[in-house]
Amino acid sequence: MTSEKIRVLVAKPGLDGHDRGAKVVASALRDRGMEVIYTGLHQTPESIVEAAIQEDVDAVGLSILSGAHMTLFPKIAELLRSRGAENVVLTGGGIIPKEDVESLRTLGFARLFGPGSTTDEIAEYIESEVGRRRAAANH
Amino acid sequence: MDSLVERFRSGDRRALARLITRAENRSPGFAETLDAIYGSTGRGFRIGVTGPPGAGKSTIVDGLAAAFRAAGDSVAVLAIDPTSPFTGGALLGDRIRMRCTEDDSNIFVRSMATRGSLGGLARATVDAADLLDAFGYKQIMIETVGVGQAEHDVMTASDVVLVILYPGGGDSVQAMKAGLMEIADIFVVNKSDHPAADRLVDDIEQMLELRARRDAWRPPVVQCVATERRGIAELVLRIENYKSAREAAGDLAARRRERREAQVRRAIEEELALLLFEKSGFQDYITRELDRRRPPYAIAAEVVNLIKNSLKHAI
Ligand SMILES: Nc1nc2c(ncn2[C@@H]2O[C@H](COP(=O)(O)OP(=O)(O)O)[C@@H](O)[C@H]2O)c(=O)[nH]1
Ligand SMILES: [Mg+2]
Repeated sequence: MTSEKIRVLVAKPGLDGHDRGAKVVASALRDRGMEVIYTGLHQTPESIVEAAIQEDVDAVGLSILSGAHMTLFPKIAELLRSRGAENVVLTGGGIIPKEDVESLRTLGFARLFGPGSTTDEIAEYIESEVGRRRAAANH
Repeated sequence: MDSLVERFRSGDRRALARLITRAENRSPGFAETLDAIYGSTGRGFRIGVTGPPGAGKSTIVDGLAAAFRAAGDSVAVLAIDPTSPFTGGALLGDRIRMRCTEDDSNIFVRSMATRGSLGGLARATVDAADLLDAFGYKQIMIETVGVGQAEHDVMTASDVVLVILYPGGGDSVQAMKAGLMEIADIFVVNKSDHPAADRLVDDIEQMLELRARRDAWRPPVVQCVATERRGIAELVLRIENYKSAREAAGDLAARRRERREAQVRRAIEEELALLLFEKSGFQDYITRELDRRRPPYAIAAEVVNLIKNSLKHAI
């Protein structure tokens, strides 16, 4: 009777004003059977990380359009690490230039999803990555 | 597991969050953990918040959280949303309204999906509230799914139940039909910036005249505009009044006793269901008998008789 759901926080850091993309991703992940916590607009890195801790999520998905990803994304990765939550799968999407994708890769964002990505790709990535980390944690 | 409890006891919020997850998942050892922290529960006050969708439950909870914090209390929130019966997934969006958490990480908010449980709460809601209580949170708010029907579980899960209604969200007759009148200790007419609010207040007062309650408490009706945090201070006062009145009458202890009885019964049910349908051969037996076209009640009676006979020797 034990059941482990995948819990995901979908958050929108930064100041840009609409969250259609984040909502689409949130509902798609729900439709894949995940429990998706959606926090709304304008979240600070600190409040995103605190929410991730309190909600004990397996993954955090960040959505950004404002171009501030090179300051906000690394900050969130660093805060998660400092709270001992480095096991959380960290990913994101938005309009992120190729060279930034490369540098974010070394900072804890193994994979990012650009405008052409499908919600299925995102869901499959989260499922496989969470599965892998859970298996590793149990050994 | 034990080190997790130690970290929990030393005030580590991540350990608290992880223990809630274990209760939700019914992970091996979760019951022992809850028993281990049981002695530290009973200090927090549990406030149930229910009412139809869009009434402003989350916004009220946000306002109350800010008020409790300003008064120096620690605050935790459990916000329940429904699991989709088709996909098993859930979209948990109550945090959107809880802006007070943004500059105050001492407010602990946990979103819970119902995971198939009916009655407005998740199976592990009381367990999660116990963990928050033992962790030291003084004010623990529980926001139900809110489908506009009486969500009875919230009555046993909390020390006081706030029913949030709003003008335009169906009239008070509907609320009464839905059984909300029976579970309310305090009524909140939210969105009182709407002209029809006074009518709704009058309606509720009239309904209250007509009906007897099993205790002497008469539920007050508080008007709020949650988005502007108007009426929140009065609501806090009413909650405090309720608490002292019920404590004086000895009802609060009785209510908590009912909660524990329900918890024990439910734990027995869960264990027995597991034993009967997963760990024993009864499921196969049922399938086999149905294949032989034996009628359902006969099969059930046979199974129950088998259990009765084996119990005779045990008790
Ligand atoms: N006009 C008005 N709108 C409100 C008030 N309280 C909440 N709302 C709005 O009502 C909607 C639903 O609120 P929410 O707290 O999410 O309701 P819940 O579904 O019961 O949790 C939101 O758009 C709120 O901003 C109020 O007092 N007046
Ligand atoms: Mg809500």
